Amino acid sequence: MNFDDTPQEAEFRATARKWMEANAPKKYEAELSKSSLGRIRLEKEEIVDVGKAWQKKKAEGGWACLHWPKEYGGRGATPIEKVIWQQEEGVYGKLTQPFQIGEGMCGPTVMAFGSEEHKRHYLPKLASGEHIWCQLFSEPAGGSDVAGLRTRAEKKGDDWIINGQKIWTSGAHYSDYGLLITRTDPNVPKHKGLTMFFLDMKSKGVEVRPIKQANGMQEFNEVYFTDVVIPDSQRLGAVGDGWNVSLTTLMNERMSIGSRLATGFPEMFEFCSNLMTEDGLAIDDPATRSKLASWAVKASGLKYTSYRAISSLSKGERPGPENSIGKLVSGTMLQDIATYAMDLEGAAGALTGADEETASGQFQQMLLSSPSMRIAGGTDEILRNIIAERVLGLPGDIRVDKDVPFNKIPTKGR
Amino acid sequence: MNFDFSDEQKQMRDAARKFLAEKCPPKAVREVLDGKATYDKALWKGLAEMGFLGVAIPEEFGGAGAGHLELCVIAEEMGRALAPVPFSSTVYLAAEALLLAGSDAQKQKWLPKIASGDASGTLALFEGKGNPSPQAIKLSASGGTLNGVKKPVPDGAIADFAVVAARTGSTGRDADISLFLVDLKAGGVEVRSLTNIDPTHGQAELTFKNCKAEPLGAAGEGWGILTQVLDRAAVLMAFEQVGGSDRALEMGRDYALDRIAFGRPIGSFQAVKHILADMYVSATLARSNCYYGAWALSTNASELPEAAAAARISATQAFQHCSKNNMQVHGGMGFTWEFDCHMYYRRANATAVTLGSLSYWEDQLIDRMRKKNAA
Repeated sequence: MNFDDTPQEAEFRATARKWMEANAPKKYEAELSKSSLGRIRLEKEEIVDVGKAWQKKKAEGGWACLHWPKEYGGRGATPIEKVIWQQEEGVYGKLTQPFQIGEGMCGPTVMAFGSEEHKRHYLPKLASGEHIWCQLFSEPAGGSDVAGLRTRAEKKGDDWIINGQKIWTSGAHYSDYGLLITRTDPNVPKHKGLTMFFLDMKSKGVEVRPIKQANGMQEFNEVYFTDVVIPDSQRLGAVGDGWNVSLTTLMNERMSIGSRLATGFPEMFEFCSNLMTEDGLAIDDPATRSKLASWAVKASGLKYTSYRAISSLSKGERPGPENSIGKLVSGTMLQDIATYAMDLEGAAGALTGADEETASGQFQQMLLSSPSMRIAGGTDEILRNIIAERVLGLPGDIRVDKDVPFNKIPTKGR
Repeated sequence: MNFDFSDEQKQMRDAARKFLAEKCPPKAVREVLDGKATYDKALWKGLAEMGFLGVAIPEEFGGAGAGHLELCVIAEEMGRALAPVPFSSTVYLAAEALLLAGSDAQKQKWLPKIASGDASGTLALFEGKGNPSPQAIKLSASGGTLNGVKKPVPDGAIADFAVVAARTGSTGRDADISLFLVDLKAGGVEVRSLTNIDPTHGQAELTFKNCKAEPLGAAGEGWGILTQVLDRAAVLMAFEQVGGSDRALEMGRDYALDRIAFGRPIGSFQAVKHILADMYVSATLARSNCYYGAWALSTNASELPEAAAAARISATQAFQHCSKNNMQVHGGMGFTWEFDCHMYYRRANATAVTLGSLSYWEDQLIDRMRKKNAA
């Protein structure tokens, strides 16, 4: 049991570190280090512009999408090499946020189901950051139940005509391409009538509208489709096989191993260590200590769980299911920590300004943003179902709509 | 990075699991639970023959000289099987104290007997209510004799010897505390068995009356040694707790698959699934914290105090959480004596306080993290 690299890993790390030392955009380091939750913002520049420049530089150096094959813009790196790269890229990895959906979900789907011509044309530009991709899955009527989606695709000659609406699309407003799942046959059960496409986001009839969120920010979009034309050549997988194609997309989320989830703990420990209350330092209060200790072991538990997965990758094994707990644990933690930090601030806890008494308003921001961490990318409840069914082997829930033609499924509760 | 046990260590875990499945089924645990025996003597002998009792004891003292990572994997299996033997008191507490502070003669006297199963030992620390603290130690030592009462002492009624924490000064500092080694069969100690929530592990009151004792370690260094012993025991006990958590989770999962209600397996209801998923989460967090503790223990790293506290807290929480919710998943059957759920519930809640309670270790963790941050 040790934390050391193998000789090959050490050599790879040294190469990565040397490249980073020579090329990292150090002027953003302080700003990037500070931001721990949610969308990254830079004071003076647009994250997308800075991110594109960084991604391009990485691509030139052979560090973009490095686990992809060389002919598609990667360097054919192993999974453990990708983790080592992420560790060496460090805070600058936050600049890649606009590309994460493309790299983690859209790219692998095109790689699995696209034609050779498509792969050679689209993937290198995705890898180098020239093109940004978004994923058009969720709909107002299909979030956790994504197979309940209603956006229609109808065949017309060699084209498909798209009508409908998607929601919660990160980055749609700056994306060049989108991965789109549609319903092509409403007369069969819901999982069987779906088909996957990709499209140019500048196509006629595509309208992107930002959503004003509960935290007051605008990070996600609604995307409307009105008679949008997609050539059949941009279909991924067979007609009616869209559900299986989407599983490939979602499966690639497991590659998030090694990327640290924010838990809020380091900020909270620092806050309690310095906060003077009427009874002394907050960290000397037994109730506060008890909470801090429980959060501390959750944070360290997540860290060492990811070390276990990295160790599996290092041995060339597939990581076990342990990593599925990450978001489930960290989402609730962020919310609980934010709530308690505000409690310690007393009446001033309600203030959101960057004042001294509210620790720059960081916990207020965390409070307002944390609900999305428990919903986006699988709600806490869906994640528990996944653990129960896929890890513990419990039976699936009884699905009353499973064998019913999609157009016969009720659409209103009452 | 290789943050995992080696193939050899995993083989040892498999061997321990197989051995315990055969020699320590729930029926055997119930012999002690029901008061038909004070501990499972045949199992104790068997563990010695397998080399498990002396796995971390150096060969020169009659052990296998393997190491603490090997001891961790065995501890996990002991917890999973609820082995009703004085393993934790003898191996995690008494043997560790001897290894840390014993003279060559003391080690030669006791360690080979521990490894061979011919002697069991314990740590006599507590004196009534409360957590580990030098101020709480009143039992006095002077001129090589001890006077005072220790309670509760784990496995104290069956132990052959005890490491005893005694007061040798009154300055109010840690240096007032010294450790002594007492042969419990040599007279001068009255032993009274105490009832406790987990009858598969005995607890006792030991009354020392002008009892002869030899010093263990230098005078005035008792508290420093004890702190180290408790940290090391915390990691090992945490592995037992993780073993118990995993078993409780499996029991709940298996029952949820078998039990039909409302015409379907109860494991298909989300209300039940989510309980079990949360048990998996806490058991996984605990296991990962324990691995870090195992690394720190086996390398004697400076991170051990923090790692031990984190492992201890996480594993205590996981075992309490998994054992109580295993009962919940079982419904009414889980509240019968006949089903094994209560044995895990009892063990979880007894081990949660034996080395100092959850709140004590939470306090320790925060102190240690602050110390590290300040450094």
